Amino acid sequence: MKAKTSIVLTGVGGQGVITAANILGKAAVKAGLNVYVSEIHGMAQRGGTVNCTVRIGDVTGALVANGTADVIISTEPIETLRYIKYSNKNTKIITDITPVIPFTVSVGMEEYPDLEKIFEELKKYGTLYKIDAVKIAKEAGSILTKNTVMLGALSGIDILPIKQEILLETILENIPEKYKEINKKAFEGGLKAIGKH
Amino acid sequence: MEILEDIPGRKLLLLGNEAITRGALEAGIDVATTYPGTPSSEIADTFSMIAKNATNKNINPSFYFEYSTNEKVALEVAAAASLCGLRSLTCMKHVGLNVASDAFMTYMYIGCKGGHIIVSADDPSCHSSQNEQDNRYYAIFASSPMLEPSTPQEAKEMTRLGFNISEELKSPILLRTTTRLNHIRGPVEINKLKEPRHKGHFEKDPMLVTTPAVARVRHAELLNMLKKAQEISEKSPFNFIINVGKPDLWGIVTSGVSFNYVKEIAEDLRLNVRILKLGMTHPLPKKMCENFIKSCKNIVIVEELEPILENQFKAIAHDIGSNVKIYGKSTGHFSRLYEYNTYIVADAFSKIFNVKNPFYKPVETKIKLPSRPPILCPGCPHRATYYAAKKAKPKDVVYPTDIGCYTLGRYKPLEMADLLLCMGSNAGTACGLAIATDQKIISFMGDSTFFHAAIPAIIDAAHHNHDLVITILDNRTTAMTGHQPHPGTDFDGMGRKAKRILVEDVVKGCGIDHIEVVDPNKIKETTEAFKRALEFKGPAVIVSKSPCILLENRNKIKRGEDIFIYEIDQQKCKKCKICIAQFGCPSFYYGKDGSIFIDAQQCNGCGNCASICPFDAISPKEAIK
Repeated sequence: MKAKTSIVLTGVGGQGVITAANILGKAAVKAGLNVYVSEIHGMAQRGGTVNCTVRIGDVTGALVANGTADVIISTEPIETLRYIKYSNKNTKIITDITPVIPFTVSVGMEEYPDLEKIFEELKKYGTLYKIDAVKIAKEAGSILTKNTVMLGALSGIDILPIKQEILLETILENIPEKYKEINKKAFEGGLKAIGKH
Repeated sequence: MEILEDIPGRKLLLLGNEAITRGALEAGIDVATTYPGTPSSEIADTFSMIAKNATNKNINPSFYFEYSTNEKVALEVAAAASLCGLRSLTCMKHVGLNVASDAFMTYMYIGCKGGHIIVSADDPSCHSSQNEQDNRYYAIFASSPMLEPSTPQEAKEMTRLGFNISEELKSPILLRTTTRLNHIRGPVEINKLKEPRHKGHFEKDPMLVTTPAVARVRHAELLNMLKKAQEISEKSPFNFIINVGKPDLWGIVTSGVSFNYVKEIAEDLRLNVRILKLGMTHPLPKKMCENFIKSCKNIVIVEELEPILENQFKAIAHDIGSNVKIYGKSTGHFSRLYEYNTYIVADAFSKIFNVKNPFYKPVETKIKLPSRPPILCPGCPHRATYYAAKKAKPKDVVYPTDIGCYTLGRYKPLEMADLLLCMGSNAGTACGLAIATDQKIISFMGDSTFFHAAIPAIIDAAHHNHDLVITILDNRTTAMTGHQPHPGTDFDGMGRKAKRILVEDVVKGCGIDHIEVVDPNKIKETTEAFKRALEFKGPAVIVSKSPCILLENRNKIKRGEDIFIYEIDQQKCKKCKICIAQFGCPSFYYGKDGSIFIDAQQCNGCGNCASICPFDAISPKEAIK
């Protein structure tokens, strides 16, 4: 097989998952690489499950086949597990540890599984990296930088064919001046957190 | 704006939909029209964004753009512009072409003058649609030339060059896309932008009036056009053959996004095949197809949804007396259902080519994961209307619904959506239910849907005096597709001031005598209005007016107004659960001890929970900016 990198990004609507996927795409173009990004727009404006894929290199399509993700990166624990079909034993799984409780759980129709059980389960399917992105984002200056924290973490696992500087540069190019500093901090926070593993 | 960059050769990362808009700009688009619908919306939204930007800066936008009342109107507007010699584009989701089909079928008879591209965005797997119909049949049905892009780059080029094809043939052409083209981003190499012409001229011609005598002549001309189109198809750069490995007697025929999966899997599996990639799929390049069939002993056809290429290839093979074996849907290797992906293609190829599927079997977790169904947003005024209607008559009511946010009324705890066909069907089916049962009928639709397709059914209700209640949820926007304007807003798609058409005025004009305009946030009064409407013998209409909370809060922030987040006083709360189990705002949640709380992150501050709480336990807490 030829040189391909397949990344699956998941989370909940409103967490910046689609933005993160697009930033990865733009960074790849900037690095002179071939890239395709897919996004699925759900029906509701808020709160649904979100799933994007980014494929870089010698690829012709954006969709990731079952069992072929190099990385699954997720901003919510059950959303990581929901898309586990993309993983194989070599897949790196980066997940935020803070749950976003679905409406179905908060009104008592369904249950949110025990967090530790989710992490145990995830370990069966790949190499698990847990990130407290909410904490890191808050420390950086805003919870809204959570997706930047996740991109920082992603750039720290040595799988992206895009240089760290190019990724950070692309992030900063795509946000207003006044948020640049906190996003830089958030990116570095994510990078540092992954380094501890 | 990146989309307007004018450095030829530069690569931009564009959404398939943006690439279509870019292609039109590079062709010097004059008039673009649409009715928004996922997955097509961003084509038009990009035109709108450019136009609004120009309007704000007091620059004349270089093209005319409108969100039309519905797809049929959109097609008619653009068709007339094209007949004046202007380049036009009309985009819509697949089911939109059903609405426009009456115009489309006969438009093909008279043809166009300025190039006209009609974009149909199909939705295999029904990601956001009521069906997954394959609109390639429309090309065959209407005798329309058709292009099918595989990538954003191709979508841009097919749009840009499609205008030339359309002008050469004097025929509108269909650009048929699918969700995985519309919503995929890929690198697009840009060409120079082209200045439009702005104004054309209508040349009178009796052949433009499709009386039966004209139609009979025009039909013959249409078939002649298709012959010419076939010659274009034979030479089209969008139809090509690539070799993978050392091809022997195996061929693969494919089009659209399926090509992406086919190419990658054929390479990964180290197959020795020739791939015929068809970009102009109607009419087919017949000679090219014949030669391809002659060069193969076995052909695999890979296309999502209907066996359209497959059946045509079988017919061609039969005509030339070929014994080629054709694998596809009829041999059971590919499904007529849902969209494909690399896994599905690899799985079929492993069986056909007798090789191992390189992919792992998908793993599944045994842990039961809670679902996140699409829901009405916290603070959505529709929830208040639903709640008020249910209070007026809690049982034995049938709720026909419609396309838009109100399909979300289907979910617990409201469960107030019982029947849905298409845009506007709530009112038409309400009429039928009123004559067929003694159950009470309360139907729901949005304001954009009302203008789009419900007016004739309301006239039917008035004319026949059907006993029913029709509710129009007027939130002053087309919310679900991304907040586009419509005839009920005081601005248009180019950001210009526009005449606001009031829903209640139109309803009155339709002959409805019992009309009540309510503010759903006054829940008790709204319930009383529903009671009166239910008691009224004959058709009653409730217009429930309150802006979409997402837009309203955005505007409040712009105006510097406070948004108050609500909280529950745990001393006063008696845990009656009305707020969480009956009203069902998703910002409510149970604490570990069964106490009820409001998630400040989610609350949009509508305050309706405070008005329904029987114990006065909910009140505004703090203002967020």
